[in-house]
Amino acid sequence: MKVTILQFPGTNCEYDTQHAFEELGATTEIVWHKSETIPSDTNLLVVAGGFSYGDYLRSGAIAKFSPVMKAVIEYAGKGGKVLGICNGFQVLTEAGLLPGALKRNDGLHFISKHHHLKVENNDNIFLEKLNNGDVVNIPIAHHDGNYFIDEAGLAELEENKQILLRYTDSEGTTQNPNGSVSSIAGVCNKEKTVFGLMPHPERAMESILGSDDGVKMLQGFLAS
Amino acid sequence: MTTAIVNVSLKAGVLDSQGKAVHHALDSLHFDGVSDVRIGKQIVLQLDTDDKTVAMTEVEKMCEEILANTVIEDYKIELI
Repeated sequence: MKVTILQFPGTNCEYDTQHAFEELGATTEIVWHKSETIPSDTNLLVVAGGFSYGDYLRSGAIAKFSPVMKAVIEYAGKGGKVLGICNGFQVLTEAGLLPGALKRNDGLHFISKHHHLKVENNDNIFLEKLNNGDVVNIPIAHHDGNYFIDEAGLAELEENKQILLRYTDSEGTTQNPNGSVSSIAGVCNKEKTVFGLMPHPERAMESILGSDDGVKMLQGFLAS
Repeated sequence: MTTAIVNVSLKAGVLDSQGKAVHHALDSLHFDGVSDVRIGKQIVLQLDTDDKTVAMTEVEKMCEEILANTVIEDYKIELI
């Protein structure tokens, strides 16, 4: 299992992501954004969190034109598995690989805390180790995590079971920390090969550090 | 030379939280009679061409590809 992790100027979660996947037994490689190719043995490509290009213009907007993104779009087009975490989610929506967009949080504050999430659809490799309705505790750390999609788009997400996770309290009752449409924390594409979420599963790998609920999430990719 | 002024703002119907916060601030400063506040960004481009039609086509392409995210934003282009 080979996990390739993208690194843009301003990415800051690449080493956490690398550590998380290596703890789970994967081999990893960090690829600088100037590379025009990605390793041919890649099984999963991760666009890690951070602040690519200082979030200039819009979060993720400049990163989508980095040389490596052509290879990413080509890889995704062939059915390659892609995971975008936080800024990575923003990059994937900007690149058109995932539907919707991420806006400034409604409260205008940067939010950094653990937050509960409910698994909405587990018929995909990302969440297959969890059950629908399971509540996980995963850190969020974002300023632009307010997911937006229009009504028609939302209906399509619902119909195709593309909504992965919603923000909730510990009992699974819906909450909304940032104003996201329908409290959405993560979505996937129609084909269920490209995944994006604002919370950071790679930061929830050890119970001694608050939660190890991220393990089951990331393990899903390793099983496939 | 042509100057293109591009104004990018959130679409009508997409909540503008910054605009809302500024509206509250104006209220608390007793600036009454403000019914709405929307915040956007202005991008000013200096283009080599003198041909306004060419400039408009080019800037529209820029807006669609990068300057605006048309999922949530509208843009207006003014050429000088």
